[in-house]
Amino acid sequence: MDTVFLAETMGKLLAGLPLTIELAIISISAGAVLATILALFRATSPIAEAIVRGYVFTLRGTPLLLQIFLIYYGLGQFAEVRHSILWPFLRQPYWCAILALTINTSAYGSEIIRGGLQSVPAGAIEAGRAAGMSRLLLTRRIVLPIAIRQALPAYGNEMIAMVKATSLASIVTLMEVSGIAYAIISETYRAIEVFLCAGAIYLTLNFLLTRGLAVLERWLNPHLVQSRT
Amino acid sequence: MDFDAYFQLIGFGPKGWGALLLQAAAMTLAVSASAFAASLVFGTLGAWAKLSGVRAAAVASETYTTVLRGIPDLLVIYLFYFGGSSVMTAIGHMMGHEGFLGLNGFTVGTLAVGVVAGAYQTEALRGAFLSIPKGELEAARAVGMGRLLMLRRIIAPRTLRFALPSMGNVWQQVLKESALVSVTGLAELMRQMHVAAGSTRMPFDFYITGFLIYLALTTLSGFGFRAAEVHTMRPERRS
Amino acid sequence: MFLRRLLPLAALALIAAPFASEAKDWKKVVIATEGAYPPYNMHAPDGKLIGFEIDLAMDVCKRVNLECSFIAQDWDGIIPGLNAGKYDAVMSGMSITPKRLEVIDFTHAYTNSPTTFLVEKGSPLAKMASPGRVSLDDKAGTDAAIAAIKPLLKGKIVGVQVSTIQSDLLNAFLKDTVEIRTYKTTEEHDLDLAAGRVDAALASVSYFSSTLNKPGGDKFTMVGPLLTGGMLGKGSGIALRKTDTDLKALLDKGLLAAIKDGSVKALSMQWFKADISAAE
Repeated sequence: MDTVFLAETMGKLLAGLPLTIELAIISISAGAVLATILALFRATSPIAEAIVRGYVFTLRGTPLLLQIFLIYYGLGQFAEVRHSILWPFLRQPYWCAILALTINTSAYGSEIIRGGLQSVPAGAIEAGRAAGMSRLLLTRRIVLPIAIRQALPAYGNEMIAMVKATSLASIVTLMEVSGIAYAIISETYRAIEVFLCAGAIYLTLNFLLTRGLAVLERWLNPHLVQSRT
Repeated sequence: MDFDAYFQLIGFGPKGWGALLLQAAAMTLAVSASAFAASLVFGTLGAWAKLSGVRAAAVASETYTTVLRGIPDLLVIYLFYFGGSSVMTAIGHMMGHEGFLGLNGFTVGTLAVGVVAGAYQTEALRGAFLSIPKGELEAARAVGMGRLLMLRRIIAPRTLRFALPSMGNVWQQVLKESALVSVTGLAELMRQMHVAAGSTRMPFDFYITGFLIYLALTTLSGFGFRAAEVHTMRPERRS
Repeated sequence: MFLRRLLPLAALALIAAPFASEAKDWKKVVIATEGAYPPYNMHAPDGKLIGFEIDLAMDVCKRVNLECSFIAQDWDGIIPGLNAGKYDAVMSGMSITPKRLEVIDFTHAYTNSPTTFLVEKGSPLAKMASPGRVSLDDKAGTDAAIAAIKPLLKGKIVGVQVSTIQSDLLNAFLKDTVEIRTYKTTEEHDLDLAAGRVDAALASVSYFSSTLNKPGGDKFTMVGPLLTGGMLGKGSGIALRKTDTDLKALLDKGLLAAIKDGSVKALSMQWFKADISAAE
């Protein structure tokens, strides 16, 4: 294998890494916030539940690629959208990609957090109430910490899925790692080498993410670590 | 939105794209079904390798699942599409075959989506196998069942039953991922939707139609899997 | 790493047989086209490929007794696909350029259409100087033409299709002046020009004439110099693998005959409403 070409390609691809990381961090964080709101909102009333269920159902039942196209090219079809105050954002591929990724992950995330919420023992909530905690305090001090701890492993998988999903941003002209990979292939026609390099970048990224999550999990579950020793 | 114009656009008239979209939806189902079948093969091999107790096999299988679950599916599809042909041509030359060997979009979709989904299938099947009560296997051994008979009568049916819910998820994933195969030019739903959107300058109309078709496909097949789950769980309830 | 290589290999070996293509004495030729570059090639609502190149191929193939068929293939993978043997030829408005000649071969050109900008009529860019044809082989003329449009283009976003002669042109002359946004298809930059995401698009005159004929096309106009020659190449030809010299000879024979008797010109008039056929 041509190591000079591999090194050169790696260098070019790494130039797209900041954008890939940026897309992943923003959409994962915004998605997690939205997911938490959706999961909490869902529990408030039957109507709220129906709305959130519909949201989750439609977004989990369709390909992310199509969601990106719908937001990017689809919305641009309407003059009303192009003349609205949202257009300065929707005009840019960057924000369209972030919007699509965020909406998509929030649907999956809200289901994971819902699972976490359900795993909060009723006794813990009762104890909180008995101690006179307000609803908000109860949510903040008891419910969310337990729910997040429970949901973290599954949410970790969702984060990895999102890191992979950022590659679809290349479809709407963003030059992140995959976008640059396409460009190099169309110049050099050496697909295998380019994708080996790009693949290595994503694997490293996800490996670091997995390690980080493992550390976080141990930190969130100190009682488990102690019992193991 | 002008609904008359919309229905003319996606309808079956002379200027309508309806027939093409139906064909494309059928292609999406075909490539998904074939990728799902491939994922079962890869998944079975992967799970078997992990459970075999042979260290090299387990490490190999672990590498397979880690790598494929960590790389964007789009990259895997391109790897198979462009890389696949070079590899095949090289193999062809080794076997004395002149000229080029190519993989068509359908084969690429089947293999690429199948290999990715196979990594998830591996975990589903492994988990299902581990949830077979040890007593059942011991009982089978006690009555003198051979390995093959045990596999056929106990392990395969029990694993399949326990794996069914996860397999339903993998199927949904395959169906949605098949949209990425559009980059190879295969005339499936996503690709034709994009072609129609570009040709008519009506992207929203076509993408929203595609959105609804995918939703219908995932929902209907979801019902199918749930029905299968209920069906296979019946003996459990009776006992 | 080892397993990832091994698995697909094993799988490919298993299914290699049904997709094997025999060594050819050129009876049947499979031609790839993008199907999204009207009027060169496009999809009809029933999914069939139609366009100038499809008609031209049928004419040329008949002349040399070849049975030609078309398949659709995305532009960004069209050359790797050719070299990987997925098809035998490419007819997709592909310009013959020195860079492409490094990896593939071409027949004689069949069309030669200049490159220019498309903008919205009301846009400030509509006032861009349009001095007519400028050949890139004429360095002084090119520099003057580029210098004339630079001030207007400063800071604007220009859409262009990935790995085209037009994207090379932007990178060579206007990289520091404009923000270049690359698309997988020309139709996508048209959609974004209509939506106002890009200020101008750069493509061939022949392609833009089809854009103007589409619904809503009347709000656009072509501006700027009509660039040809140099890195823009010698026009569009049929792309072939370097190894298939026998096929090149056959197709060249048919193509030159079609140019000579005016068939290419007639097809050009029919599809482009203008004669952009290449000279002999």
